[in-house]
Amino acid sequence: MTLTAPAQLDEPVVDDDTGTERPWVTIVWNDPVNLMSYVTRVLMQLFGYSKGEAERLMLAVHHEGRAVVSNGTREQMEVDVARCHAKGLWATLQQD
Amino acid sequence: MRFGRARRGGVQVELAPEESALLQHLLGELQALLGAQEPADEDPLARLVGLSSGTPERPDDPALARLLPDAYGDDDEAAGDFRRYTEADLRRGKREAAAEVARTLPDGGGSVRLTAEQADTWLTALNDLRLVLGTRLEVTEDTELPPDADPDDPGTQALLVYGWLGMVQESLLARL
Repeated sequence: MTLTAPAQLDEPVVDDDTGTERPWVTIVWNDPVNLMSYVTRVLMQLFGYSKGEAERLMLAVHHEGRAVVSNGTREQMEVDVARCHAKGLWATLQQD
Repeated sequence: MRFGRARRGGVQVELAPEESALLQHLLGELQALLGAQEPADEDPLARLVGLSSGTPERPDDPALARLLPDAYGDDDEAAGDFRRYTEADLRRGKREAAAEVARTLPDGGGSVRLTAEQADTWLTALNDLRLVLGTRLEVTEDTELPPDADPDDPGTQALLVYGWLGMVQESLLARL
């Protein structure tokens, strides 16, 4: 019985520069004006979060300065950011 | 100002005459601010497809920049493109919200019943007013009116108005 050494296989190359696999995210930033109850309500309305989930995200924004509230394609995130701005939330999008 | 529940998710609002007048005044200022710096657009086709001819710059006025923030934090070119395609709509939406609240305010104070949708528009416009005033006053999460504040000082008065708007927004939120 012979054991054949496995052929040397190259690791698949992932091109980080194209970034086609990395999703985009919408980030909401903390600001001193928006009321916590208002931010919670807007997150529920815009993204369909339950009250508990929306409160958890609102508190993350409040304590950590920012939170990711949605992810998807760049086009979807541009829509989400525009909806946040319409409600007065300070939001940006970026690639994760 | 007092809020009560109305039927079908609506809200009943009661305003004193001076509260109604103050909100009218602030909403007028907000609409004027949002109308400012909009590029004049003479091209009917561009207007039709929602594109302005120039790329709007990030507003110099910090209060206006807070209402119309950059969508990309670290990419000026992408932020400029986003602004070019969306800023006119954002301004229009905020102006229309302010105008609708101004329309629903009872002249000389009194009572008004808001539908759930109108109450939401109130929340949005109240929030925009607070964003403008809060940015102008450079408030932080710890901002409080000092106990020895001079009531005749315009800064004190603006802080009082800011605090009052916050209470109004909070009481409306509690009714929804």
